[in-house]
This record gives sequence, structure tokens and C-alpha cells, in this order.
Amino acid sequence: MNRNLQKVFVPIIAMIIFLVIWEAAVWAAGWPNYKMASPSDLLPAYTKHWELFVTMSWQTLWRTVVGLLLAVVVGTGFGMIMGFSRMMRDALYPLLVGFNAIPKATVVPIVALMFVGAHDFNTVLIAFMISFFPIAVSVSIGLSTLEPEYRDILRSLGASQSTIFWKIALPKTLPEFFGAMKVAVTLAFIGTNLMEIVSPHGRGLGALFDSGKTNSDYPLMFAVLIALAVLGILLYYVVVALEKIFAGWAERPAQ
Amino acid sequence: MFPMIKIEGVRHAYKTPSGPLPVLDGLEMSLEEGGFSAVVGPSGCGKSTLTRLISGLMKPDEGKVMLHGEVVTGPRATVGMAFQNPVLLEWRSILKNVMLPLEIVPNTLTKAEREERARYLLTLVGLEGFEDKRPSELSGGMRQRASLCRALVHKPEVLILDEPFGALDAFTREDLWQTMHRVKENEPFTGVLITHDLREAIFLADQVVVLSGRPARTQYLLDVPDTGPRDLDHLYTPEAAEMLAILRHQIEIAQGRAPAEGEAA
Repeated sequence: MNRNLQKVFVPIIAMIIFLVIWEAAVWAAGWPNYKMASPSDLLPAYTKHWELFVTMSWQTLWRTVVGLLLAVVVGTGFGMIMGFSRMMRDALYPLLVGFNAIPKATVVPIVALMFVGAHDFNTVLIAFMISFFPIAVSVSIGLSTLEPEYRDILRSLGASQSTIFWKIALPKTLPEFFGAMKVAVTLAFIGTNLMEIVSPHGRGLGALFDSGKTNSDYPLMFAVLIALAVLGILLYYVVVALEKIFAGWAERPAQ
Repeated sequence: MFPMIKIEGVRHAYKTPSGPLPVLDGLEMSLEEGGFSAVVGPSGCGKSTLTRLISGLMKPDEGKVMLHGEVVTGPRATVGMAFQNPVLLEWRSILKNVMLPLEIVPNTLTKAEREERARYLLTLVGLEGFEDKRPSELSGGMRQRASLCRALVHKPEVLILDEPFGALDAFTREDLWQTMHRVKENEPFTGVLITHDLREAIFLADQVVVLSGRPARTQYLLDVPDTGPRDLDHLYTPEAAEMLAILRHQIEIAQGRAPAEGEAA
């Protein structure tokens, strides 16, 4: 019980201390709000634009999640192909590494032009492109490092490749998969925001940030940053919860 | 009546970048139903290749591997395997691990019957009360016992054991030898045991096959007279000492450290 209380209260107290230091620093340095907004500036920003925050957060959230789901499907697909076939790994790996090396900020205007006006589609696409790489790599490594004895146990019983995949290879890869998901979820979030900020007449928190900039509403921009952080934390812990459910076995009990 | 396992003139070479590497060259072996054969030989002589041939995971370049008089052409569900690495699935309970083969091998058992079968085997090897534990909560010896149950759960005709006790400490290993006798009494099988331990070979098997160094052929066959359950004292009798001396000598020949018969000066 004590331990549980500690788990809840310690982060909350840490957050309050952080806000107090922030407020004090702004006050002490006498920064104007276009240089650095203080936490006390944020509350009016939220109350003033509350409805915008709710709708825009929802926009950002659903597009990030859809992009991420797409990344899971495609990334797992690529991972499986590379994990099972040596030749396909040799063929695809350099391509994927090269693709991943391109900073996605440079792809954003290209995609925005390519599918002009299709704002939802573009945003999901960038979120997907930026986040599928770690998933593909982790799944392929998980599959290709499966000890041969595991395969032999099932193969000697006459199991098919797909049975081996579902019964052994897939569950055994789950800890690596969720490790990659924690990285991917943050990346997808960055991808969504990149597109929202850049594309004209965009929606989502990125667009709200952009409008704060155009209207010189600096507290609004800082308020968006905090909202983004909250959404990021939310998504991250959803992944952690899923990991506990599906790959909790990989966590050794404390000695 | 065909012997359960018959291996005739088996030759096999692995393809490597520096040319073929012959591992088996003229392997002969025959084992009656219910027999238990231990295969010993120098390191890297192709013992594990032999297990892969019998289980149908691999086909030999030349020669025949037959089970019940039928040439083995691929994996068959009538074989059970256990390795030095117990390879239990960490995300399943011990009970579910043991039941795994029944999910793959075609059978008519209901879920309750499968579970009953797995529980019976776990009790037989002394793992009663550990059914719901995860593999990571068990000691090495216990995991190996569970792995043995998994190899037996679908009532295989042939049980292949590839150094299953090799990584265990001496006392745990001796415990498991006695467990093996208890299992064989209650769950008859035809067994092939790959081992490096000569005492293990004569304690468990009724036939010891000595393989020569690579490429391996059958170099020597020893029949162990007292078959069936025996206790550890058996290993300290003059008969056992004599068998161990013969096998030790044969291993030295296989390693090329002692001259073969007929060549002695």
C-alpha cells in the first residue's frame, strides 16, 4: 500500500516542484512571455482555447495512433520477411537504413505537395514513415536470433512454418517488439506534429501551435507544448500497459 | 519383425565454404523396440547429426534411416526430443509447456485429457506442485525434467535425448538418471541417448554405440547385461568398472590417442 502511494505521489510532487522552479525562474529573470511563458500564463491560455485544445488534441491523437498501427502492420511484415529470409534481409536492409536516414522534416513538404489537400492522409503517412523502422528491425532481429532448438522441437513434430511462427517466434519476439514500440510511439508523435505544423490550414495541436505563432500568442505556444507532453506520456504508458499484458512474462520477479 | 530403429551405411557431409565436411561415414545401428541405446564418441564427431537424421529433420546424403522398417523422409510425430538446452517457452506455465506437442500432433484427446496426461507425467518426474510455475522460476534440473515430460507427452515411439543432462551438476544428474528409469518403467519408449558421460551410458542404456572421430562410423558396440532399473551402487561393481574401462579405451582409439586393435605393435 505504502509502495503504491509512493508510486503515485512521488511523480506528482516532482512535477509540482518542476512547475514552481519554472515559475520562479521566469519571475526572477523578468522574462517577457514571448521569451519564456510561465506556468501561470498557461492556465488562461487553456481556459480561453479549451474547446480548441480538446478537438485539436483528438485530431493529433487519432492520426498518431492510426499511423502507429500502420507502422506496426507494415513494420512487422518487413520484420518477418527479413527475419525469415537471409536473402531478403540482405536486399532490404540497406534500403530501409537509407530511407530511415532521410530526415523526415525534408519529406514533409514533398508529401504535402504530392497529396495536396489530403491533410489527414498526409499526417498519418508521415507518422507511419517515421515510426515503422524500429519495429521492422526489432521483429527481424527477434526472429533471426531464435535458437534453432526451439524450431527443431516443433519441426520434429511436423509443425508448419506458420505454426512455428504463431506458437514460438511471435511470442518470443514480443519483448523486443514492445521495446521498439516505446521508441516508435514517440517518433510517430513527432511525425504527426511535423505535418500539422508545416501544412497550411492544418488541424491538430501542431496547427494550433502554428496559429499561436502567427498571432504572437506566446503563452498558447507553450500551452501546446505542455499538451503535447501530456499526450506523449499518455501514449507511452498505453504501450507500457500493453507490454505488461502481452510480454509481462519477460519481466523477472525481483529477487 | 522390423527393429524400431535401423541405420544402414549412412554417410553425410555438410556443405561449407571451404568444401564438403564429411561428418558421418558408414554409420550402422540397430535398436529393437523398447531398447535404449547410448551413443558416445569424441566431441564434434557427428552425434547431434545422428539425432537430426533419426527425427527426420535432415536427410542423409547416402544410406538409410528406418523406423519400423519405413525409410524416414521427413519429421514424424512419433518422435520426441529433448536437448541439453531445455528450450521451454518462457511465456507458458510448466503445464502448458508440457502440453505443447499435443497442440501440434493430431490426436483425439479432449482438453481435459491432455491436461491430465501432462499432470500425470509431471508427477512421474517429481514436478508435482510446479504445474503453474513459469520456467524461469525452476532450477536447471527441474526444467530438464519438464523438457523430458514434453518429449513424452504425445507417447512417441522413439525418444531422442541429445545430452539432456550435460549441463547439470553431478548430483542432479544422478537424480535424473534414476528418474529416467522410473519413467521408462511407466512409459515405455525406444530411446537414443547422446552423451559424453560413460557412467551415464552404462547406467541408463542396454547398448552403447561408440562412434569414431569425424567422419564418424560405428566403431564399437557394447551390450550392457543388466537392463532395467538399477541403483547407483551398480556403477561401483567390478562389472561396471570393466565396461567403463573398455569404453574408455574405445574413446581413446576414437580420439586417435590409442592404436586400434590389429595395429598395435
